[in-house]
Amino acid sequence: MVDKTLELFDCGHRACGGCGPALAARLIMKAAGTDTIVVSATGCMEVFSTPYPETAWKVPWIHSLFENAAAVASGVEAALKKQGRSEKVVVIGGDGATFDIGMLCISGAFERGHDFTYICYDNEAYMNTGIQRSGATPLDAHTTTSPAGKCSTGNRRPKKDMPAILAAHGAPYVATTSIAYPNDLMQKVERAIETKGPCYVQIHAPCPTGWGYEGDRTMVMGKLAVETGLFVLFEQTDGTVTRVKKVMRKPVEEYLKGQKRFAHLFKPTRNEAEIARIQATADRNAEKFGIDIKLKKPVEKPEG
Amino acid sequence: MMRFIEGSLAVSDAVRMCRPDVVSAYPITPQTHIVESLAEMVANCTLDAEYITVESEFSALSACLGAVAAGSRAYSATSSQGLALMFEVCFNLAGMRLPMVMTIANRAISAPLSIWNDQQDSISLRDSGWLQFYAEDNQEAADLHYLAYKVAEDQKILLPAMVCFDGFILSHTYEPVDMPTQEEVDAYLPKFNPCQRLDAKDPISFGMFAFPEYYMEFRYAIDQALQQSREKIREAGKEFKEKFGRDYSALVEGYRLEDAETVLVAMGSLCGTAKDAIDEMRGAGRKVGLLKIRTYRPFPGEEVAAALKGAKRVAVLDKNISLGSKGAVGLEVKDVLYGSGIPVLDYIVGLGGRDMRKRDIERIVTLAEKGEGDLFYGLREEVA
Repeated sequence: MVDKTLELFDCGHRACGGCGPALAARLIMKAAGTDTIVVSATGCMEVFSTPYPETAWKVPWIHSLFENAAAVASGVEAALKKQGRSEKVVVIGGDGATFDIGMLCISGAFERGHDFTYICYDNEAYMNTGIQRSGATPLDAHTTTSPAGKCSTGNRRPKKDMPAILAAHGAPYVATTSIAYPNDLMQKVERAIETKGPCYVQIHAPCPTGWGYEGDRTMVMGKLAVETGLFVLFEQTDGTVTRVKKVMRKPVEEYLKGQKRFAHLFKPTRNEAEIARIQATADRNAEKFGIDIKLKKPVEKPEG
Repeated sequence: MMRFIEGSLAVSDAVRMCRPDVVSAYPITPQTHIVESLAEMVANCTLDAEYITVESEFSALSACLGAVAAGSRAYSATSSQGLALMFEVCFNLAGMRLPMVMTIANRAISAPLSIWNDQQDSISLRDSGWLQFYAEDNQEAADLHYLAYKVAEDQKILLPAMVCFDGFILSHTYEPVDMPTQEEVDAYLPKFNPCQRLDAKDPISFGMFAFPEYYMEFRYAIDQALQQSREKIREAGKEFKEKFGRDYSALVEGYRLEDAETVLVAMGSLCGTAKDAIDEMRGAGRKVGLLKIRTYRPFPGEEVAAALKGAKRVAVLDKNISLGSKGAVGLEVKDVLYGSGIPVLDYIVGLGGRDMRKRDIERIVTLAEKGEGDLFYGLREEVA
């Protein structure tokens, strides 16, 4: 059992106030424990946690390049095996490093079946370089390379389904979680690390700077993404979905309107068609994963 | 023991005796025989290593990087496009001071696509912080692996090394090669014991990012290590001579330089051809010699200058071209001889497998004697 009182991702790093990924790192490390080697991809987390000569990591940590974290981890894992060592290997990459530029290395490492856990902190764009769209950016989000404008409603494409892609590689354990559900996050990271073979955990990690909301609302944003059905929390073991977070679903608007990246859907005029498209995404998610809480009896409104 | 063996297999057997813990490579012509042979050894338990079959050269070198950081000895091999794909990782390994050895079966770079030999691939990585050795024959190709690991892993150096040998010309050619025993190699090459590694018992951070206040000092430290590696190479070469009888104590090798008026400078298998051509020219009374550069990084400037000081002219044979400028070796020889008054003539030769024979060497010497240089040698008539 890992001692969760330990802070292996230390304070004093240089993340923005309210940074979702920083919270993710803290929770990941609580779940992973001291017997862990972390391989980081280039990105926000790598930069804010290790400005030489300072480091926030109290476990052995390595960063090589943007796109090769899974391959570096393959080498680390092979070396540990050869040396008969027992440390667990955990890779942490942002959505750009995971969904886009690192895809080749990740696919190769999962196909080879290395014993490691790949964790993606998903803040839905390239935040470190100034909020450019990635394959994880949701439909209609405004970013600096998918700007909303006279003839654009923001990002044209829905989010890439990375968990499904990695499940298709035969990963024994695939899960999604959110910084807004710390226990769920830690439990899933722990389970992924315990499971032999290449496992994937995708952590939804809201970014106040990139999404355009006040830093004290990060947890609220994380919760709303889940409660609207836009980000589904599930767990998949050996290809079968074994656990899903059920919710009393809220309309997507409640999530969208608190963020500047979706402001163009509401001002100067409401873009009903696009809001409906996003709602349809949530509805499809709800149906696919069965996240809606079905009440046995319809709630009756008191008379008078 | 003397064996009649294909170059690639001499290299793979030398690598086996270096006892790598992790081997990771991706197939590319003409490197394939090396990595196939290593895979067979692992399959037959004659090499106790983790062999990671990756989906790209980029991942191959990245996996090696992770393995070295975790404290294991790593090996890879590649050619041409594969090395180009590794470009980013090459700089990264040197920057992170992670030593390993990689064999380059030298091959031209696309486009046009060519599987044949020149040295453009590894020359293009000359600025990456790796040590670079170029082998004249398969004996040297095999031997340089023991030496490369020894120097690369020295605590004062900690830099990766490339052992370059000409694709097909050496890699696919059978030659007699004196292979040492495992015990002899073990007595020469100590176990890899890095002062820092990824270890939960002693956590450190590798590969942090540096602000402008620190970055230059890191680059300075790499350059210093490379500069100092000259002495380590000499020491390792001297010990090699004592143990195995073959002398690599100098970073360059002179051939019939005594009273040479025209001195050729070359790297790799071309040196063997040049030596034969020089013997014939000497027989005809022409005063010609050769300076072979075995260690290209660090560049042995002082040794080159000393070897060339009596020459009337220097003719550099470059199997590469810094497009828009000149041959890479030629430029450095000119730099070393600046102010000496000795003319340095550069010849771009043998690109993409264009054959270089003794008569070509003789023609180049004639061109040099006439003062005609800085040209692509042997172009087709319709172009020339």
